Amino acid sequence: MKIVVCVSHVPDTATKVKIGDNGKTIDPKDVTYVVNPYDEFAIEEALKTRDAVGGEVVVISLGTDANKESIRKALAMGADSGILLKSDSYRDSLSVAKALAAEIKNQEAQLVFFGKQSVDYDAGIVGQLTAELLGFNSVSVVVDFKLEGEKITAEREIEGGREVIETSIPCVITAQKGLNEPRYASLKGIMAAKKKTIEDKEAAAAENYTEILTMSKPPAKSPGKILGEDASAVPELVKLLREEAKVI
Amino acid sequence: MANNILVFIEQRNGEVKKASLEAIAAAKKLSGAFGSEIKAATIGNEIKGLEKAAQQGAASIVHLKSAELLNYSTSAYADLLNNYIAENDIDIVIFANTAMGKDLAPIIASKIDAGIATDCTELKVNGDSVIVTRPVYAGKALVDVKFTSSKKVITIRPNTFPLGEPVESSVEINVMEQSNLNLSSKVVELKKSGGKIDVAEAEIIVSGGRGLKEAENFKLVEELADVLGAAVGASRAVVDAGWRSHSEQVGQTGKTVSPNLYIALGISGAIQHLAGMRSSKYIVAINKDKDAPIFQIADYGIAGDVFEIVPKMIEEIKKIKEN
Ligand SMILES: Cc1cc2nc3c(=O)[nH]c(=O)nc-3n(C[C@H](O)[C@H](O)[C@H](O)COP(=O)(O)OP(=O)(O)OC[C@H]3O[C@@H](n4cnc5c(N)ncnc54)[C@H](O)[C@@H]3O)c2cc1C
Ligand SMILES: Nc1ncnc2c1ncn2[C@@H]1O[C@H](COP(=O)(O)O)[C@@H](O)[C@H]1O
Repeated sequence: MKIVVCVSHVPDTATKVKIGDNGKTIDPKDVTYVVNPYDEFAIEEALKTRDAVGGEVVVISLGTDANKESIRKALAMGADSGILLKSDSYRDSLSVAKALAAEIKNQEAQLVFFGKQSVDYDAGIVGQLTAELLGFNSVSVVVDFKLEGEKITAEREIEGGREVIETSIPCVITAQKGLNEPRYASLKGIMAAKKKTIEDKEAAAAENYTEILTMSKPPAKSPGKILGEDASAVPELVKLLREEAKVI
Repeated sequence: MANNILVFIEQRNGEVKKASLEAIAAAKKLSGAFGSEIKAATIGNEIKGLEKAAQQGAASIVHLKSAELLNYSTSAYADLLNNYIAENDIDIVIFANTAMGKDLAPIIASKIDAGIATDCTELKVNGDSVIVTRPVYAGKALVDVKFTSSKKVITIRPNTFPLGEPVESSVEINVMEQSNLNLSSKVVELKKSGGKIDVAEAEIIVSGGRGLKEAENFKLVEELADVLGAAVGASRAVVDAGWRSHSEQVGQTGKTVSPNLYIALGISGAIQHLAGMRSSKYIVAINKDKDAPIFQIADYGIAGDVFEIVPKMIEEIKKIKEN
């Protein structure tokens, strides 16, 4: 089976955000970019599925040449080939999804893995947007996945528990932490990845429906009071919570 | 443009979710400026509490009903909503940013070719434009986003838009039986997790970190949570150690929460943890290291030993609860 994994290339979660001079994006200086953490679970599940049912895993990332670093990482973990959908300017989620959907259709993939969310804009929607554009089933925020023939049984996280969902391919799965333990790329994998191809393609054009006007820092929270260093401070704490904050 | 607004009212186990009522409160920011009405639609079997949607300001309420819709189905819910949107000429669809809302909203956006913005903390109208504010980079920054499409889909962060005082309303609930559902994807089982209250929905959260030393000691966290009627949360360190389940993890790769009160016990306050809880209204930190970063965002702190301080907190809070 042809399996696609979509990966985004994002600032490391430890990044200290500084707003850029344009007032609309972060200042990319000194920022380390990595594979979106949730996409590692997506890659792992794609590889596991391929190893179980046969077929190939194609990694797709939309962005600039820099995204090749994340594609390369997925190849080093074991994916078969990569595609960079080149796009230099900012695209909103639906515009990204339209370009991804066009390429997934072109690939004739039956199963597509996404991360549940990119840790840059935290939208959490590209997977389901793409699924619907393709007319595929979808299960989001998945922590357990099983494929038997055409049938999919997946568990998704909800408030206070999990939903067990039955559906079938063609399907989009968005991966949540807990789905699996992503493998490390072995030295052999890293060497092998150098020989695998990453194809460059123009991303299909699609209009943006949203526009970022400004990016700003949230109002700084001033550090509060340290009331003491032992249990003798507890009565005052409880009093403040009750009378000042009125939360208990 | 008509700017007809629809708020999706989510139910779980036949009960209307508070976060959906908050979505009506948020929708008022748009309906007021546009002079348009707020319609509400819900999907499920028997549903209690729908009158609350009217009391919050919904001008009409439709209940798309079937016994087969008791549990969630992405495909059936999306198709039903899509039909409703087409028949009622809806321009703006608002969901709560819950597990269900987050799943459905993008599917609806693709179906109706709408711009979409999720997890919004502010909504406003400027001239003809809808502008929303949403956190990005795990709350380290905020963006103001303007829609340029005529159709719009918005999800709003729970616990952010306060409910209005309930008003008298004569709106009737229009129940419409549904058949021939698209159940190509459906929930076949619900598994409840151990915790009584989910961190994503709690008004008070008591979280524990590695400072608790071992899994056993979470009894202390649970006990404090119990006396406060709070949910138990956890840092990633203790989830990774297998002391607590991932469903309790707060932070960048866990849940984003904004309770009224967040109590961090033995948590250092790593940037990824802060990302998930910094928008809490009040933050209390107990940590024996007075330089721990958690104190930078805590409203109140005690720089001491959790094993000494938490039992005393339990005792004091029990006292006031008894009076
Ligand atoms: C990609 C990525 C994603 C991540 N996502 C998350 C996430 O979602 N959520 C999250 O929480 N973390 C996340 N982390 C991990 C994060 O960086 C920290 O490692 C983690 O939050 C630390 O947990 P902790 O505060 O419990 O432990 P520690 O950092 O070890 O802190 C323990 C604290 O307990 C205090 N302490 C010790 N003994 C006592 C005592 N007796 N009384 C009082 N205080 C005591 C210590 O002073 C210390 O400050 C992520 C990391 C990465 C790289
Ligand atoms: N530019 C991109 N290229 C490829 N995949 C992407 C891109 N942006 C987002 N995705 C995928 O969509 C998921 C959700 O992203 P988002 O909706 O932006 O939070 C990510 O985890 C990726 O799997």
